[in-house]
Amino acid sequence: MTRTWAGRIGFYTLIAVLLAFFTIPLLWLAAAPFTSDPTYEVRMPDFTFENFQTIIEHPYALGSLVNSLILAIGTALLVVVLSALAAYALSRVRIPGRDALLYALLLLSSIITGTAAMVPLFQLAIELGLIDSHTGLILILTGGLLPAAIFMIKDFMDATPKSYEESARVFGASPLQIVRHVVTPVVRPGLATIAVWTIANVWGNFLMPFLLLSDVEKQPAAVIMYTLYTEGGQANLRVLSTFGLLYSVPVVLMYLFVSKKYGFRFHGGIKR
Amino acid sequence: MAQVTSPPKPAEVVSPAPARRYSSDAAGLGRLRAGAFVAPALALIAVFLVFPALWVIYLGLTNYRLTGAAAAEPQFVGLDNFVKAVTDPEFWDSTWLTFQFVLGSAVIGQVVLGFTLAWMLKDRRGTLKSVVEGLVILAWILPSAVVSFLWVALLDRDAGTLNALLGIPGFAWLLDHPMLSIIIFNTWRGTAFSMMLYGAALGNVPPSHLESARLAGASGWQQLRDVVFPHIRGHILTNLLLISLWTFNDFSPFLLTAGGPDGKSEVLAVHVYKVALQNGDLGYGAAISTVILLINLVVAVFYLRLLRSKK
Repeated sequence: MTRTWAGRIGFYTLIAVLLAFFTIPLLWLAAAPFTSDPTYEVRMPDFTFENFQTIIEHPYALGSLVNSLILAIGTALLVVVLSALAAYALSRVRIPGRDALLYALLLLSSIITGTAAMVPLFQLAIELGLIDSHTGLILILTGGLLPAAIFMIKDFMDATPKSYEESARVFGASPLQIVRHVVTPVVRPGLATIAVWTIANVWGNFLMPFLLLSDVEKQPAAVIMYTLYTEGGQANLRVLSTFGLLYSVPVVLMYLFVSKKYGFRFHGGIKR
Repeated sequence: MAQVTSPPKPAEVVSPAPARRYSSDAAGLGRLRAGAFVAPALALIAVFLVFPALWVIYLGLTNYRLTGAAAAEPQFVGLDNFVKAVTDPEFWDSTWLTFQFVLGSAVIGQVVLGFTLAWMLKDRRGTLKSVVEGLVILAWILPSAVVSFLWVALLDRDAGTLNALLGIPGFAWLLDHPMLSIIIFNTWRGTAFSMMLYGAALGNVPPSHLESARLAGASGWQQLRDVVFPHIRGHILTNLLLISLWTFNDFSPFLLTAGGPDGKSEVLAVHVYKVALQNGDLGYGAAISTVILLINLVVAVFYLRLLRSKK
């Protein structure tokens, strides 16, 4: 009896400590945006919405969120379309050297990180005139995300029965019609997953836009956030807290959406 | 970081129909069209992923600079940059700091904390479990620029919440203990992945084995050692390799301390940025990137072999 009691007290104490460790850093983000004159210390907010007014008046805040959106959506479109096409072909047609290609792609995408490739990517962007270009950044981000995306979507394709395609073919549909009208609807959950995954990645990415976009008007929220707290003078905590919250909310919504719809757990690749 | 979860699969996974009369090319795509489908993706990967990796090796062998004479006409200098690196104490300092960062925040911090959380929440359902998991995952999914500033605010010397809670105003965490700060920060930031991985792994341990161990009078630690660890050994190795790789390449210490003060938290990721893009020594920076690339390669090959051997 005493042992279970001691065990319970130990359990709840440890949980409380861990909960505090993970919660305390986040409190500021929840409280400061609604406090009239926020400091670094977490205080009970007085539930004002004036700080959101300062965001609307800020010259770059809202624009940077739009930039983040452009980069995220642009990259997601490109990644979804290109990875789906490639994965479908790789799943259905035995292209010579397919397995070696997939193995090489998986290897490359895991070792060529932003840190390892920042010097050549920066130089490549200069040579190709892609500095300060959203298109250039989208292409670079797409190149980095595609291998993993092809891998994930190919799993969906492999798991899709071929009988639909076979029957469509029997009825005389052309291969392109089959891909558009038969395959795409069937793998739609997979495509949605890749889209959400890409958007989340690009939305949070700091290093690449920081390296490749020097024009403040074009920088996404990640870079503006960093500029707000590192540029000289006293940091404007009203702007910072509120902007940080606005920038974070879409990520949280996406997480809730994904975990509600699919469950946010581990499957396949990782678990093997 | 988000790229670590493999995608959720539809609940029903239908096994591919056995190939009968038709080949597996059910839509009749043919090799030519298949090639055309694959080509655009491969082209982008080649230009923006493979080429940079090869180019970094070449750049590391030149004296290329951001500005000045060596920018216009870079010269081939052979292994000079690598010789410079191995004789440069700053490079070794940075490597040592990176080692501390990976060991402290990934191998010790995230693994221990992630496993502890997964083990404690294993048989629980309900609010407590979802609240704890939700908060740990929140720390992982929020944008790095936001969480970095949250920690700047938390650790602030005069007005930070931590010093107020501990009653030690004026304690300069980021100035006096920058490595400790980024290690704790990254532990907080990345634990979610390990927690979820171990959560999934512990689900694979047969409850009957644990039950018989318990009936035989095994203590909690003995159950862990004799029943649980043998079952999840593969997951532990996977976890260690992946989080070490990510932590090794993580740029977010830059957002918290920018490598300072005096390079005391300048891990290799930040070191490359400073050398190549702030000081403009692209050739030397590329040489250090090549070293990073090689280390990544070793870890990744090891990991892929592990995956293959399990299949």
